[in-house]
Amino acid sequence: MTPVMLERLLAATRAGRPVVLATRLADGAQYLLPEDAAEAGPALAEAAAAALAADQPALQEGWFLHPHNPPLRLFIVGAVHIAQAMLPMAAALGYAVTVIDPRRAFATAERLPGVAIRHDWPDEALAELAPDARSAVVTLTHDPKIDDPALVAALNSPAFYVGALGSTRTHAKRLARLREAGLSEAALARIHAPVGLDIKAVTAPEIALSIMAEIVATRRGSGLARRG
Amino acid sequence: MAAQGGEDVLALAAQWRAAGEEVAIATVVETWGSSPRPAGSRFAVSASGRMAGSVSGGCIEGAVAEAAQQTMRTGAPQLLEFGISDEQAWAVGLACGGKVKVFVEKLG
Repeated sequence: MTPVMLERLLAATRAGRPVVLATRLADGAQYLLPEDAAEAGPALAEAAAAALAADQPALQEGWFLHPHNPPLRLFIVGAVHIAQAMLPMAAALGYAVTVIDPRRAFATAERLPGVAIRHDWPDEALAELAPDARSAVVTLTHDPKIDDPALVAALNSPAFYVGALGSTRTHAKRLARLREAGLSEAALARIHAPVGLDIKAVTAPEIALSIMAEIVATRRGSGLARRG
Repeated sequence: MAAQGGEDVLALAAQWRAAGEEVAIATVVETWGSSPRPAGSRFAVSASGRMAGSVSGGCIEGAVAEAAQQTMRTGAPQLLEFGISDEQAWAVGLACGGKVKVFVEKLG
């Protein structure tokens, strides 16, 4: 790899631009796609686009196609202790985290180092942030005024994971409110609640671990992520 | 991105080179069976022996680092294959039952 190619690849990933590094395994020749599509030709450019869409490397006629998508995104609603515990785990797992909490006293840079913080209401914040199929949304405030609008916004998005903290009883009440707000049963069934894999978590870091584990299980298609 | 090999590894490789070191980058390009790291996983090595990332659970990194030193000297990329039927892989301990192809290239 030439230093110029490495710098181009790093610049694209820093800018959040999805790119594919195409490497000919016979001699190490490389293209960065789609930027070099004219030189690489349509067949390679199309295969590269497919690798990006699938978010999976591919081999095509002696070329290794290595997709570099922007980071997965995790939107945490509620700057609570569990959110703090989730931050280092989420970073290690490759998620860019945004914490949304209109309560300014909670959502401070001191409590949440190194992540994006939003103080607007979750429905407004999520409308702007536009969760996509590579996004997860977790609500942690226990406050329906904050959590409910976030869940409505999340369920109206293609987010691959939507989780809500709260006991089974709390969740039953939540479902009743959201039904009243007009959400379909199919939409409500997407909510992972009580949030997290059942590892009998007690402390904030343990709950954070159970939530992150459930997010990974959902993304990777594990049976553990299914709710009965 | 961490799932795809991590830009941290590439950023470190760039830093090492900027500091005047020779650097090689190894990438998993194909796997079969229960190989521990998916395609796209990266492992960077410098001439002085710095290492970052991984291409296995730790079983073939030694052999890949040796090949990387050779690629740094010659400039020629290499396509390495490790598997349970491979004497060398047994010697370096790929006992997980998988097979893996690793591409090694010089940064330069």
